[in-house]
Parts: sequence; C-alpha cells; structure tokens
Amino acid sequence: MQYHRPASFAEASDLAAHATGITRFLAGGTDVLVQLRSEIVTPDTLIDIKAIDGVRDITRHADGSWTLGVAVTGAEMSEHPQLGREWPGVVEAMDLIGSTQIQGRATPVGNLCNGSPAADSVPAMVAAGVMATVTGPNGDRVVAVEDIPTGPGKTSLAQGELISALHIPARGANGGDAYLRFIPRTEMDIAVVGVGVNLRVDGDTITEARVALGAVAPTVLLVEDCARALIGTTLDDAALAALAASASAACKPIDDKRGTIEFRTEVAGVLAKRAAKIAYARAKGETA
Amino acid sequence: MTKHHVTTTVNGDTVEYLCDARETLLDCLRDKLNLTGAKEGCGTGDCGACSVTLDGRLVCSCLVLGVEAEGKQIETIEGMAQGETLHPLQRKFIEHAALQCGVCTPGVLVAAKALLEKNPDPTEEEARYWLAGNLCRCTGYDKIIRAVLDTAAELREAS
Repeated sequence: MQYHRPASFAEASDLAAHATGITRFLAGGTDVLVQLRSEIVTPDTLIDIKAIDGVRDITRHADGSWTLGVAVTGAEMSEHPQLGREWPGVVEAMDLIGSTQIQGRATPVGNLCNGSPAADSVPAMVAAGVMATVTGPNGDRVVAVEDIPTGPGKTSLAQGELISALHIPARGANGGDAYLRFIPRTEMDIAVVGVGVNLRVDGDTITEARVALGAVAPTVLLVEDCARALIGTTLDDAALAALAASASAACKPIDDKRGTIEFRTEVAGVLAKRAAKIAYARAKGETA
Repeated sequence: MTKHHVTTTVNGDTVEYLCDARETLLDCLRDKLNLTGAKEGCGTGDCGACSVTLDGRLVCSCLVLGVEAEGKQIETIEGMAQGETLHPLQRKFIEHAALQCGVCTPGVLVAAKALLEKNPDPTEEEARYWLAGNLCRCTGYDKIIRAVLDTAAELREAS
C-alpha cells in the first residue's frame, strides 16, 4: 500500500487519477481503516488529505452560509459555538455516530463517501440542502450531497475525483432542522431508520420543506412527496398523517437482523412525524 | 515495501520510528516504542482499549496509522502518573476497585482524563455517554463511573 500526503486537492486528484488498483482517501479513517484492518478493502493507494490547507476549518460566510473542510470531525462540529445553533439537526445527526473516540476522527465527508444508506449525517445534510465541491482532473464541480451515493458502498465520484469541501446553506429566518434515528439501544449502533427534516415557516404555515430518509433504501432518499405533504400546512394532524404515509410509501428497505421491511416502513412514518414536530418548533423559535 | 520515517511526540518526548504504511499507531506504540499500556482489544475501533490522545483529541490508536502521527502530540497511559505518584484517577480506580483484569483500564483512564479536562463536573449520564466507547467485560461500569465522579469531585475541591 502506497501512502501519500498531498498538499493540495489538485495533487490529491492527480495522484488518484494516475493510481492503479484500489484507491482510498483518508480523512478520519473510521471506515477506511476498519475496512483495511478487517481485510474487507485493502487499498493499493491511500491518499491522506489532512495535510491540505483549510481542511480542518469550519467557516461561516458573510451571507450566513457555511463551508466545512473535509477533515472536520464530529467532535469539532459539536463543539462549534454557532454551527449547532443554526443547524442543530446536522450537528446532532453527526454526533450520533459512534463513541467519543470515533467522534474525534469521523468526518461527515467520510460518512457520505462511505456510501452507507444508514449513514446518520447524510439524511440531515440532504434535508439541509448541503452541497459538495468535487475536485477532479477537469477542475471543480458542485454537487448536491444526495447525488454522491449511488448504492451501498458506491458513489458517483469518478476516478481522480474527491470531495474538497461541504457547503451548508445560510439558515435564514424562521427555519429549523432535525434528525432522528431508530436503533434498538441508546448509543453506538447503526440506524434502522433515520429521518432528516428541514423546514421554513411564515407564521404558523410551512413554506419550505425537505425530508430525507436513511436506511430504508439502497441510498439515502430525498422524498418530494413528504415535502409536499408539509408545505402550505400548519403541521396539523392531517399534514402529519400525509407526511407519514408519504415517508412509508417511499421506503424500499431490506430485511435484516436489525429490522424487518414492515418495521422499517412503519417506523419511517413515525420518525418523520416526530422529526417534523421538532424542526417545526425550532423554525418557530419555540425550542433550540 | 518502503518504510516511512515518522517523528512524533509521545508523552512529551520526541520519538522516531520506521513503519509500514499499514501499521497502526497502536502497533507502533507497542512494538516499536515498547509502550504496551494501550491494549488491542477489538482492533476495529469498538472497544476503546487502545485509547490515546492525538493533539489533545481522544482517539482509538488502532484506527490511526503510524504514519499519521508525524508531527503530532500523543499522550498515552504511560504519561499519566508523575514518576511514582499516581494520577488522581489512577488512585481512585484502586480505591473503588474499578478494575478487574485490567485490559480495558488504560483506555478507560485515558478517556476519563480527557473527559475531566473538558468537563470538570460531569453528570453521571455525561460520564457514561463519554465512556460508552470503552468496553469492560469484567466489572461492569458502576465502579468505573463512581471512581471517575469521585475523582472529579476531588479535583474540583483541590482547584
């Protein structure tokens, strides 16, 4: 295994573009090194991107939008004084992953690029409308995070391409987000179902909504029908019922030891309602 | 296979080693630096027996490559006592019998020290969540948590 520590994303891209065999990028390593240690994936080329300038930075821009460097960890997001006030759902989703030790290394970019449909941070980022800059041999392109994973363990990134930054939109007025997941225990487990909701209100009426589901299909899903069930409503019982029905209808889950198809389908609706209530209360400024 | 030359700081001392890119920081600490306090339990980041701090951040050293340690500050269990004087956490772990076989203990102590540096007055719930990544298969966790909270109380009185 060749180990590289490039000083720029262009150099990282060039190394990956010219590498043969299996290439992996190393940020926190909480998936890449587990797969290496378990002999699931042994890279021929490992490109450590943590020596690139700015990769540890959490930047809030003048317009209220945010840029997260690719090596920003869950712990750094949770400790940031302002990020979690504006995007509590995104920060809480990342914070659900693993132990304190894992939080010290794990990154949302890695969670995204690992391609797990059960990745906790991904539904929250999809709901928030997070975009990724992808650097490749032909320069940069900007991609919605929901367009990065294409199936379990697979992404839309071509050889030589890597994510070089994440962009969170400006929170703006009267907005709120939330992420909830179901696991059979209280800590340190993989989502059986995850739901991210991001809303904006005008008075009591929802004017914008994005709802994303995790662990119920081969990729995290952005569910337009869920958004339609919410927009124009005051999150009354009829809207909640329509939201739950839309969420359950979008599920294409697997049966496994952690949850059956029937269970995941039902819980997706239940969690969508609960997450929507939290996001709605946050959007109205009733809760933090 | 090309070996990588790594210069890093462990418990305040500058150290150097040669390692293969696939070797973990845990392997390098144990096999090259003879710092065998950090233990390999699971080897995949689940059990916390290999906990160390890397630039002040609690991590599993089995999920850090030896080459990644270049230029970093690493603290291990070996740096916890000052000579013969035990760290208050170590003393309280003995008082409370918060260990049995001892394999998890170095990792628990390193993790607990990181907790008390960040939060000198943790609630029991906060301590339990913080230490959720340190698995003990002997004693259960009550004595460990009591020892950590008692240490926190003593350190607060002393400061």
